[in-house]
Amino acid sequence: MEFIKPGVNIDFVGKRFIAISCSLIMIFAAIVSLVIHKGPKYGIDFAGGTMVQIKFENPVSIDAIKSGLTDLGLKGSAVQRFGAHDANEYLVRTNKALATGESFSDEVKSSIAKSTGADVEIRRIEMVGPQVGKDLREKALFALFYALLFITIYISGRFELKWILSGVMAGSLIGAVYFLSLFGVSIPVLILVAMIITLFLFWQLNLKYAMGAIVALLHDVMITIGIFSFLEIEFTLPIIAALLTIVGYSLNDTIIVFDRIREDSKRYKGQSPEYIINRSINETLSRTILTSLTTMLVLVCLFFFGGDIIHDFAFALIIGIAVGTYSSIYIASPILLMLEEKRSGHKPAEAAG
Amino acid sequence: MKDFSWRIPVVCVALIAAIIYVVPTFKPGIWPHKQINLGLDLQGGMHLALEVETEKAVENTVERIRNEIRIDFRKQKIRFKDIVHSGQNGLSVKILNPEDLQSVESLIDKQYPDLEIKSTSMDEGVRTIEIVLTDKWAREIKKQSTEQALETIRNRIDQFGVSEPDIRIQGDRRILIQLPGIKDTKRAKGIIGKTALLEFKLLDETHDLNAALAGDVPPGSEVLYQATESDNSRGRAKKQAYLVKKQTLLTGAYLTDAHVQISSQFNEPYVTIDFDRKGARIFGQVTGENVKKRLAIVLDNKVYSAPVIQEKIPGGHARITGSFSMQEAHDLAIILRAGALPAPVKIIEERTVGPSLGHDSISKGLYSMIIGGVLVLLFMAIYYKGSGLIADIALIANILLIAGGLAAFQATLTLPGIAGIILTIGMAVDANVLIYERIREEMRLGKTPSASIEAGFDRATLTILDANVTTLIAALVLFQFGTGPVKGFAVTLSLGVLASMFTALILSRMIFNYLYIARQIKRISI
Repeated sequence: MEFIKPGVNIDFVGKRFIAISCSLIMIFAAIVSLVIHKGPKYGIDFAGGTMVQIKFENPVSIDAIKSGLTDLGLKGSAVQRFGAHDANEYLVRTNKALATGESFSDEVKSSIAKSTGADVEIRRIEMVGPQVGKDLREKALFALFYALLFITIYISGRFELKWILSGVMAGSLIGAVYFLSLFGVSIPVLILVAMIITLFLFWQLNLKYAMGAIVALLHDVMITIGIFSFLEIEFTLPIIAALLTIVGYSLNDTIIVFDRIREDSKRYKGQSPEYIINRSINETLSRTILTSLTTMLVLVCLFFFGGDIIHDFAFALIIGIAVGTYSSIYIASPILLMLEEKRSGHKPAEAAG
Repeated sequence: MKDFSWRIPVVCVALIAAIIYVVPTFKPGIWPHKQINLGLDLQGGMHLALEVETEKAVENTVERIRNEIRIDFRKQKIRFKDIVHSGQNGLSVKILNPEDLQSVESLIDKQYPDLEIKSTSMDEGVRTIEIVLTDKWAREIKKQSTEQALETIRNRIDQFGVSEPDIRIQGDRRILIQLPGIKDTKRAKGIIGKTALLEFKLLDETHDLNAALAGDVPPGSEVLYQATESDNSRGRAKKQAYLVKKQTLLTGAYLTDAHVQISSQFNEPYVTIDFDRKGARIFGQVTGENVKKRLAIVLDNKVYSAPVIQEKIPGGHARITGSFSMQEAHDLAIILRAGALPAPVKIIEERTVGPSLGHDSISKGLYSMIIGGVLVLLFMAIYYKGSGLIADIALIANILLIAGGLAAFQATLTLPGIAGIILTIGMAVDANVLIYERIREEMRLGKTPSASIEAGFDRATLTILDANVTTLIAALVLFQFGTGPVKGFAVTLSLGVLASMFTALILSRMIFNYLYIARQIKRISI
């Protein structure tokens, strides 16, 4: 069985400007959504706060739960249904990190039992203090940044044999960021600036494979964050894990195309980079689609059957993998091409690595 | 075949080892090896992050020094107006005779190497000397107090009896505690979070308690309340107040043991405590000097009881009564034995998962894993026919290896970890897909089956390595950054990547070599 017939030759590279325009629009929309919503919607992991998941035998009204909470001094807590409609489960959350002292769960239990007149089971309590939330937020940013840098060292090393150049560059960036972070510079700003400097350096130093990969990665992460912001889904620790997985996966795709480009550069010496890159994308197309398909298959199962706690996590991965597959075809390779053209006009690509 | 020979034993050893490690999880006790660890989100339990209020430990040290300096001044006949706290780790000493400055300086120099004189000033014949703890020492105190708090909490939890708790320091002053499977979270928090500072203080019986309650607290005394509510005659539950002298006569630092006993008279549990020799001597002296006075037993600034001292108590035994339930008495004995925390702690993060939720998560996770797995297996068999079946064998071996790896490294399986395995199922076939697409290409070029297989594997190997190393990098960063559940995801993802490389490059190649080279099958089913 074959989905993609051998010898297929779709002109992906020729449509790169359309694709890049689409992506720019998406990224712009993501930024607009983030600005409108005043940044990502942080879950309690990052914002600090308290969340209690409760379960009843029979349906109860949300107002009854709320009145029980008000008696506890938790006025203004958000109460929402959680999970399947017949599960009678609710999530209660406040922005306050309450002192969940010894008797907290007992108090919640008895107060809600009183106001609803039903037995309550407390299934989960999560309380994150504001300082912990801030720490986690910063750690997550660092993790994304470091992962990107380490990966670019590997790519520059493997594809262009520029181990030392990329290593020194990434090392000094990490050093500078770490050093500055000790002086209380705002971490989000710091990482943003470092990211821009990184891109600029890649461009200047002509690390074209790394540049292509990293732009594709940022593209994937931005769009995923944008969609999350648009749908008002909360950012939690598992979502960060999902973002890093998307980084790994999207790169997996990108590298397989790059690998083929490197190989085809040797095989089709004398052809234009445009031809070689387009050919490589076509040759790997079958694999790209198959792997995305099997991965999607399991993720959709996870999304539908994995339970509510894992729901958003699976959703993030589904979006990320769709975007990641698209970006390794339409974004990473065109960037590579642009850098190739910047360096040598339309001369044939040299064998690299 | 040369390659053929080394692959068989490697694959066999890996698979057999995986089976040995996995079996105890499904049939506990079949042979002595541990089961796969389940994370708190799957088996239920409590995760706590505590912050040690280390400044408090510094403050306590400053207070201790203040008392020592006071005694030294009396000994050396240095006349002083007062010694008060200034700032967080400093004292401000006012001496009446400016000439004494030199003796103060030499005293600090000789006796207190960790103090420094910051400044001196004169005001109306009173010389004020500002003394501070050196920064180095303050840091040291903070560090030690966190370490000591960790030890104390570990002791308490060990005595409380939780199986496989995980307690560790995070950063400068945080303590992370994982208590898997714990049900009575209220009790656990009570045992962990109490400072358990036991003090013996005299009641101030010369001043009026009601005046003090109205706001006129005599200097050197303070109002403390009864720990438990006592029903008074009018039937209203109320916490009784006591006027207690601030000076601490004896602390729990000299305590050697604490036990629960039942009083024969009221059939009520109480806690007996034993002091070491020094503590016993102090206790004897205190009780001897204060016969007929009331001695308050104070724990964390709450009065447990305030009996009248009938006579001097030698031998260093005391008892704490206070209408406890059996469980409360038991828990009190635990925290007294384990000792006081050097500084109070505050819960800054809590995640509690009830056992029923964890159970649901496991079954849903496994359910989606089975459905997803079966779909992928079917898909591969349809798309690649015979070779698809080989990929299926590789996939099953892959899951077995991940499970074996989890058990062997005693890694923790969390809910995101299960998601990681499910994701790996999707991604694991990637390596096989890469190889098969390559083999198809080579066949199209007209190569023989064995040559196509050879070339397909060789060319795909490098690509597979490159592609997987980057996922591994992302997983390692995640592992570094993550806590609990996220770490579990990083572990299964890394194991999955390693296992899929192994099964695609070694196991499936072994099968291919056997079929098409050893058995000389002429047509590849792909």
